[in-house]
Amino acid sequence: MLYEFDGSVEKARPEVIVFPHTTQDVSRIVKLAAKYQVPVVGRGAGTGLSGGALARRGGVMIVFARMNRILEIDVENRRAVVQPGVVNLDITRAVEHAGLYFAPDPSSQKSCTIGGNVAENSGGPHTLAYGLTTNHIAALELVMPDGEIARVGSRHGDAPGYDLCGLFVGSEGTLALVTEITVKLTRKAEAVKTLLAIFDEVGDASRTVVEMTAQGITPAACEMLDGWTLRAVEDYIHAGFPRDSAAVLLIEVEGLREAAESQAGAIAEICNSNRAREVRTARDDRERDLLWKGRRNAFGALGRLAPSNYVLDGVIPRSKLPEALERIHATGKKFGFQIGNIFHAGDGNLHPIVLYDPRDTGQFKRAIAAAEEIIRMCVSLGGSLTGEHGVGMEKNELMTLLFSDADFDLMRRIHDAFNPDSALNPGKIFPLSKGCGEIRVHKSAQSAGTRR
Amino acid sequence: MSSTVSLPTRLEKLVGSDRVRASETALQEFAISGRAPLAVLKPRSAEEVAEIVSFAVAENLAVVACGSRSKLELGMPPRGYDLALDMTALRQIAHYDPGDLTVSADAGLPLHELEGVLGAKNQFLPLAVPFFETSTLGGAVASGIDSVLRQQYGTARDFLVGAEFVDGTGKLCKSGGRVVKNVTGYDLHKLLIGTLGTLGVITRLNFRTFPLPELRGAHLSTFTALEPALDFHASLLKSGLPFSNLELFDAEFSALLAAWQNKTGGAPKSLSADGWKVVACFEGSTAVIERIRRELQERSERTKAAHSENIDARSAQSLEASFRGAFHWLGRSAPNVAVLRIVLPRAASGDVAELLSGSQPPLLRSAFALRACGVAYVTLLADEEADAANAILQREVTRLFSQVEENKGSATLLHASPWLRERVGVWSAKRADLQMMQRVKQAFDPHNIFAPGRFVGGI
Repeated sequence: MLYEFDGSVEKARPEVIVFPHTTQDVSRIVKLAAKYQVPVVGRGAGTGLSGGALARRGGVMIVFARMNRILEIDVENRRAVVQPGVVNLDITRAVEHAGLYFAPDPSSQKSCTIGGNVAENSGGPHTLAYGLTTNHIAALELVMPDGEIARVGSRHGDAPGYDLCGLFVGSEGTLALVTEITVKLTRKAEAVKTLLAIFDEVGDASRTVVEMTAQGITPAACEMLDGWTLRAVEDYIHAGFPRDSAAVLLIEVEGLREAAESQAGAIAEICNSNRAREVRTARDDRERDLLWKGRRNAFGALGRLAPSNYVLDGVIPRSKLPEALERIHATGKKFGFQIGNIFHAGDGNLHPIVLYDPRDTGQFKRAIAAAEEIIRMCVSLGGSLTGEHGVGMEKNELMTLLFSDADFDLMRRIHDAFNPDSALNPGKIFPLSKGCGEIRVHKSAQSAGTRR
Repeated sequence: MSSTVSLPTRLEKLVGSDRVRASETALQEFAISGRAPLAVLKPRSAEEVAEIVSFAVAENLAVVACGSRSKLELGMPPRGYDLALDMTALRQIAHYDPGDLTVSADAGLPLHELEGVLGAKNQFLPLAVPFFETSTLGGAVASGIDSVLRQQYGTARDFLVGAEFVDGTGKLCKSGGRVVKNVTGYDLHKLLIGTLGTLGVITRLNFRTFPLPELRGAHLSTFTALEPALDFHASLLKSGLPFSNLELFDAEFSALLAAWQNKTGGAPKSLSADGWKVVACFEGSTAVIERIRRELQERSERTKAAHSENIDARSAQSLEASFRGAFHWLGRSAPNVAVLRIVLPRAASGDVAELLSGSQPPLLRSAFALRACGVAYVTLLADEEADAANAILQREVTRLFSQVEENKGSATLLHASPWLRERVGVWSAKRADLQMMQRVKQAFDPHNIFAPGRFVGGI
């Protein structure tokens, strides 16, 4: 039953769960599944937020928890070779002695696995400066739907040929299973400055982000928490967020000492010109860690307020931030929810959180409707469906907001080039309503996924 | 051919006579390795590109899309080449949102034109590629050629956020979007980078833009031997100092660079043809520039550089432009030249440099440059095109290919005579994932009409 769920509001039950130790194990399982035409879905820690690691059509779930070894660390070339079940933060822990770290930092980095990060092309607060997972992957070992083992990409980058590695990263387990990953490591910056800007109006905070972007200042991270959210966080974490403010921005700049200092100064100036009540700078690592602890545990803090919460993931052009926040507030009002906002403001990646009680069917339906309205709003502002959580089975029906029949035809041909029988992770990414989802129905595929 | 009416006439019926050229002169302008197309078309819109591609599918014609044609020599000559698509009429900026640091522009827009528009808002696109003055956006992306700012800003893969293109069924498709963070659907726009037009015809590209740096600086050190130069280069990489470019090169490269610089705007005095040189380029505020300069000076003294100097902002910019165009001038620096691009693990790059600095075969000179991002350029120069020189070039390129393979790297022949290209090929080794690449090609271009045979493994 545990494996029926992930971090999303979706639910689907696998028929068999296996825990391979090696790539050969995975290959054998996939071959066996292919023989009996049973679908296969890969899973890391199950922290995903779009139902990517759920067995929508039943079948075999391959859990990579036991393939969790760091196989090699190459400090000279800044590479590490890891198995998919390695926890994201453990890569950084293993290399930080050499002044290196793995840059993608999803909020769940203490538990999510690198395999899941690769499948979903995960982001995190520091995506703003360092990019998504795809920018930090050099090569992959794959098990294809017929059980064959393949390698794509190249350890030192740039091998001639199509960028297959880039194609597989973010393909949400619909093209192949990833069994080994060569990651790129990043050098730690010489200086880090973390600022907390406190605002009495949400609009002032969002205008600060717009102005910062327009002036070409790209911090390493720029996170926003609205007043309602930060009070919940403060009650739980005691990170030092002022309970009476309307919004805070958590901004981090990195680089050479001289650059970090001048950037921090310029940012403080913009905050002040947008009527920030106060701009605090973390004095040491302890203060910085506390601020980040508040940010990273925000979803957990909100979880205490209601039986369940629905974390959305939409992207807008950054200049539209003030308008988007107003419209999210209006949507909440319309559907009768207090919607919290805690998100990656610097790259326009919104994470509105709808608190609801799943036992109340009416409330659940309203939560889903509110979510859809918000995502549609993001698209109408020139944005996109998902910035880092993936499409999965959460948003596959909304894909038609962005893509045409021609786009789907091409994506389907790419899908079929590698996973022609939809044996891997069926029912994801492609809208079922357009008939491009499950064209091929598996014999044993009976347990259709349903929302919780 | 399905009709008795001539091909140019049928094409004129499709897109209008003012869009079709079939004179011998026009066709020769678009020739690749001596092979000219049957007609040159200049579509006005993405829809027109789609119509032409549909026509090509129906008539089984091979299509090569071109921008300014500055890099058509990359890859193998196409096996079939019926229609040249001159994309330079598609040159609009569809959206530019300076406040969002994103821009969306047509594939045929010249890079320098975009540079002007972005520059007016104090922004730029870090696609600093050879032939910058003439290159189009589409050509720069499709060629996959290195940007000299890669060390700091990454490759197009790091800042291309979306694309529109016509696939091999004649349909206009898109991937990605206009926002800087997006994981919706497969990343097909990134897949188009460096594919030499073999997957689709790019019609529009969406990029993240960057603020123009406040100031630029450069520093040059000269070493009497390779080893300390490599140590210095490696120590800079490890220093955590932000370099936009870091080049280590030998005396021959230095001489060629100085000659090119003299032609275009004055070389720093110490760009003499002796020893091994390391040029570091950097950018930032006055405080950042000063700090980097100070550290470079200290470090070069510690590593016993024979000579070390700071280069003023103007010369730094001119040097950077020369590095940007290296592929262009290296290829024209002798009558018979082969330029190889080599990617090696950082530790092994020195081995190749050492090998080149050893005994030279007769009739041949070589120039070597190593960039920060692990990419090395090896140029083999012969002063004659005679058979003997060709044979030596062939032997040397083959030897380098195998040496690179032994070191688990890869090599690409960027520039060479058609004779040499035909004999040694363009890529150092067969790819283990060739079959997977063929599947991607089949999915994008099921009728194999886009530049057939131009890409890796005969794709």
